[in-house]
Amino acid sequence: MSVIEDNDSDVAAFPGQRPPRASVGSHRIEEEVFGKAYDPKTVRRIWAFVRPYRMKIYLSVAAVLVFTATQLAIPLIIGFAIDRGMVQGGDATNLLWAVAAFAVVVAINYAASWVQESQVGQVAENVLFDMRRAMFAQLQRVSLSFMDKTEVGRLMSRLQGDVNSMQEFLETSVISVGDVVLLFGIVVVLLTLDFRLGLLTLSTMPILFVVRIFWLPPAKRAFWAAHESNSITNGAMAEGINGVRTVQNLDRQKVNFDLYDDKAYANLRTQLTGSRYAQVMVPIVDTLTGMAMAIVVVVGGSLVLNGGLQIGVIVAFLFYIQRFFDPIRSLTMQYSIMQRAMTSGRRITDVLDIPATINDKPDAVTLTRDMDGSVEFRDVVFGYSADRPVLRNVSFTVKPGETVALVGPTGSGKTSAMSLVHRFYEVQGGAVMVGGHDVRDVTQESLGEQVAMVLQEPFLFTGSIFDNIRYNKASATREDVIAAARAVGAHDFIERLPGGYDSVLEQRGSNLSLGQRQLLSFARALVADAKILVLDEATANIDSYTERQIQKALLTLLEGRTGMVIAHRLATIRGADRIIVLQNGELIENGNHDELMALDGLYARLYNMNYASFDDIPDELVAAGGPRAAST
Amino acid sequence: MTTDKPGRVRSRGDARAHVAAAHAGRNHGPLTRITLYSFRHPWQAAAAIGATVIAAVLQLLIPRLLGHAVDQAQGILTTAGEGAEQALFWTAMSLLAVSVARGFFTLLQNYYSESVGHHVGYELRLAFYDKVQRLSYSYHDRVHSGDLITLGLLDLDGLRMFFSTGFIRTILLTVLIGVGAYMLLSTDMVLGLLALSFVPFVAWRSSVAQLTLRATWLVLQEKLSALTRVMEENLGGIRVVRAFSAQNFELGKFDAASRAALDLAHERVQVRVRNTSIMTFSFFVAMGLVLWVGGNKVMAGDMSVGTLASFLTFMTILQMPVRQLGLMVNSFARAATCGERFYGFLDQPLEIEDAPGVADLEVTDGTLHFEDVRFTYPGAKYPTLDGVSFEARAGQTIGIVGAPGSGKSTLAHLIPRFYDISGGRITIDGQDVSAVSLASLRRAVGVVQQDSFLFTTTIENNIAYGDPWSKETKIERAAESAQLHNYIMGLPAGYDTVVGERGVSLSGGQRQRLSIARSLVLKPAVMVFDDSTAAIDAGTEHRIRSAIKRFASNRVTLVISHRLSSLLHADMILFLDGGKIVERGTHEELLALGGRYRALYDLQTRPVDDLEMGSAAR
Repeated sequence: MSVIEDNDSDVAAFPGQRPPRASVGSHRIEEEVFGKAYDPKTVRRIWAFVRPYRMKIYLSVAAVLVFTATQLAIPLIIGFAIDRGMVQGGDATNLLWAVAAFAVVVAINYAASWVQESQVGQVAENVLFDMRRAMFAQLQRVSLSFMDKTEVGRLMSRLQGDVNSMQEFLETSVISVGDVVLLFGIVVVLLTLDFRLGLLTLSTMPILFVVRIFWLPPAKRAFWAAHESNSITNGAMAEGINGVRTVQNLDRQKVNFDLYDDKAYANLRTQLTGSRYAQVMVPIVDTLTGMAMAIVVVVGGSLVLNGGLQIGVIVAFLFYIQRFFDPIRSLTMQYSIMQRAMTSGRRITDVLDIPATINDKPDAVTLTRDMDGSVEFRDVVFGYSADRPVLRNVSFTVKPGETVALVGPTGSGKTSAMSLVHRFYEVQGGAVMVGGHDVRDVTQESLGEQVAMVLQEPFLFTGSIFDNIRYNKASATREDVIAAARAVGAHDFIERLPGGYDSVLEQRGSNLSLGQRQLLSFARALVADAKILVLDEATANIDSYTERQIQKALLTLLEGRTGMVIAHRLATIRGADRIIVLQNGELIENGNHDELMALDGLYARLYNMNYASFDDIPDELVAAGGPRAAST
Repeated sequence: MTTDKPGRVRSRGDARAHVAAAHAGRNHGPLTRITLYSFRHPWQAAAAIGATVIAAVLQLLIPRLLGHAVDQAQGILTTAGEGAEQALFWTAMSLLAVSVARGFFTLLQNYYSESVGHHVGYELRLAFYDKVQRLSYSYHDRVHSGDLITLGLLDLDGLRMFFSTGFIRTILLTVLIGVGAYMLLSTDMVLGLLALSFVPFVAWRSSVAQLTLRATWLVLQEKLSALTRVMEENLGGIRVVRAFSAQNFELGKFDAASRAALDLAHERVQVRVRNTSIMTFSFFVAMGLVLWVGGNKVMAGDMSVGTLASFLTFMTILQMPVRQLGLMVNSFARAATCGERFYGFLDQPLEIEDAPGVADLEVTDGTLHFEDVRFTYPGAKYPTLDGVSFEARAGQTIGIVGAPGSGKSTLAHLIPRFYDISGGRITIDGQDVSAVSLASLRRAVGVVQQDSFLFTTTIENNIAYGDPWSKETKIERAAESAQLHNYIMGLPAGYDTVVGERGVSLSGGQRQRLSIARSLVLKPAVMVFDDSTAAIDAGTEHRIRSAIKRFASNRVTLVISHRLSSLLHADMILFLDGGKIVERGTHEELLALGGRYRALYDLQTRPVDDLEMGSAAR
């Protein structure tokens, strides 16, 4: 190994450039959505969620139709009032009638808009929450092998982003029904009022359509780019905040500031481009509106001269023109919303369709507390994929009340064996028996009640310490919780916290030390009061004081229970009644410490190497021995 | 290989100027301050204001022209002839011209006001990022990272949008409503009052609605993030959930959180609906009144049909902007609260910064000296370090031991001046650490932290984090010394493997080794291991240490460790208790002393026989 030289750094090779090995932030590129806007299969699935609220949907569609009709009626009434009520020869009663009609229409408009908006809004919210719950409930049932492969962040974006775009779709789609009706309504009314003038005025409408068709794709790309660059910049900012200590530690502020500036500046450019695309439509629509008004004024005027048109009709036309282009604008937008919704809908149904591979048998029995608490592995074959077995024909028995230590190098199958006791996965061959029952023959819930697990990484939930220790054991009283905390030696530090047992853990207990979190997870398992305890000992080194406390707590925890411990520390291993040594998925040694030492196999070799933990022993040292025949 | 290609540096001496400018104006309130800041783009701001006024006036011309047109069309019958038709033609052309011009100026108005907002956003982001990087550890200890992210995302947004949604909108509404009202009232006082009667009502409702919506929005965000937390923790802790068969319990938690959020969402829908419906209604009522009173006036011959039509179109044009009054009020409220928080952050005094004209640290042989160092955390009652003195000469390894909370990590953090000491002196080669530039100090002192933060990028970039100009050979050598090279080479993508939050997850020991390699790249004169080998097995740790020794023979190494076996070869071991050094000496000396160190040593080496487990204990 050579020495790091000073000239190993090469600033000069990159004059005026960013350093070659630096970046800030990371960003997962989201798939751009340009998919189908209508997919019957997805729509059917979505409909299933809307169905319970269908009466409300029908009601709001009806309200939208009424609402649109009133909007169409208002210019007509004004036109009528002018022609029949005001211009020479007009009749005062006609004006009165017109105003009365106006009042009625306005009242209906008020009611319809109220019904429509409140119904649609609530249904959309309800559907959103229902979909989210369905997905969440499904995720509670899907097999762990699926969860192992899937990033939590990805699932969260299903549970949040995708349901939100469904909500947006539902809210806007009822409104687009109104838009379509309004569009057709305006066309029909204009043509009926005066066919020639109507036709001429309407001729401006397709222009907008054509313009929008050309405008939409590049505009969408620009909006997407703006959205992307914004989340890239935000990601870099979040990283800067979360990693600020390391940044200061390694004096990277200057480099990072410049790199961040690059991203923020690129974001500024894409935002401005997006802005330009959005705003360019404004003068186009205004120009078309101006053209339509000019047509009405010039052509309408000459029609009046020829006696073919009344003045009120012109006024009505001018009113319609003000509303003319709105439906076209929102309908073209609706297309993108639908595309997005279909993609989201497909992702949502993908989650709902993840099979729950582990289910209770119809005749599954309840595992009760009076079972004996034995665990038996019978010729267990298991692997995460069929061709790569992790456990091969493993057989052993743990007698009631016995503590067994599972040891072996990383990848030997210890953790998998432990997961099988709780039926996190299904065995490929053989059987795992708990209390004399095949785990596949008992209900999962009762199995969970009788088999408590402590995982290597203590996972706590945001909430009070009390809630964390009690967790789902609703029957546990405050006294039970305190007793458990005392038993594992956590009571003292809990009492010292400002709120005692009601102290709220922030961010999964990041305000506690690792050792303290471990003790809490022990207390939680103690409250669960199961017959069998499966425990994966932590590998991380904890200071000796806490370490000692944890060792003591472990004793308390195992008292009166059958224990299976994946042990890393010599102290734990030597204290067990029996030691099972696994290697490459096979059980190679089985016996107590003295027996295994006498056997002079892998265990004896590992033990003599005096490593603090069995996990970090380099592979080459483990491999040197090779597997041995199992002995009992 | 890297996620970002090294590119040419954009010429932008401005970046620093933006940051400096964002700090100016402390004596102003947040709204004044952000407005003044927005005017750092005077041309764009002026263009936005000018375009806004012109567009508003043009918009007000349209009803006038329409009224003319109606009157002229009606007049055609009586004053038949070329003239009338020509007048009508010119009115139509004016309508077209005014519409085109209005569209064009609205484009300018929107674009330039958004552009100012985006530029301001860009500049405030730089200022924010810069400040985050400058604030010392004690600030970051106090403030939750989630709160800082909210500050940089939401508060910054509320502030940057103020120019377009608050300031420009105020001008637009003032001109539209003011000039519009003047035009209506000067034409016909009574009808004008009727036409405008909906304005105050709608303005009030819309302001109330927006403020209510904003208040409930904030609560809804809280409820939604509680729901997010339930889901995230459930999915992240799925093994715990399954282990306790707590699926139903978790669904109950979800339902409670979900219900709370849903109820509030419904309430918001109601607030919105109640207000939009009543606003539209009041507008139409006013329109009906205008139609009724105006119609009678027309019949009586006091008014032309065109004037009535122009009144009605005026109202249609005013309707949208008046509704936006609520948005404007909201924008003011939002910018004021966001601004207070954001500027409050920017104005935080820097507790640790370079004095002007400060010199760089000059490392000669790398002697580290603590002289009666005292340190108390802000707000703490008792000192964490209470008079610590020791000297470490080049090539020496100093071990530091003590119970949790005895001040070991604090000691490590004082050397690179992550915190400023409250008394005494820390020197490197005779130079006080507080009297040299921070950059030079931190390059000279490498602290390998207990909890190493990995950046989501390649392993290579992570190792080269402190010196991104490193050549490949240097990176590989650092990885070799940290006993990580072989592992990296075993990965399919080798050094290009992406690690961190979104990459391959490394074990605790691998992370620590990576962070050791990261420090080694900088070749620090003083190297501090802050319990950073806890997850590395003793054998590997030993190999790392001897690798470092080989090329760092002239460096000072401080090792803080729980594992006494790591300290066997230290030249001196300090035993800390309650912020004081209670024992010092070599391993053998301290063992012979038979004090605290001895007790700890016994605890670690004899746990097996003291503790029994399993059935043996019963």
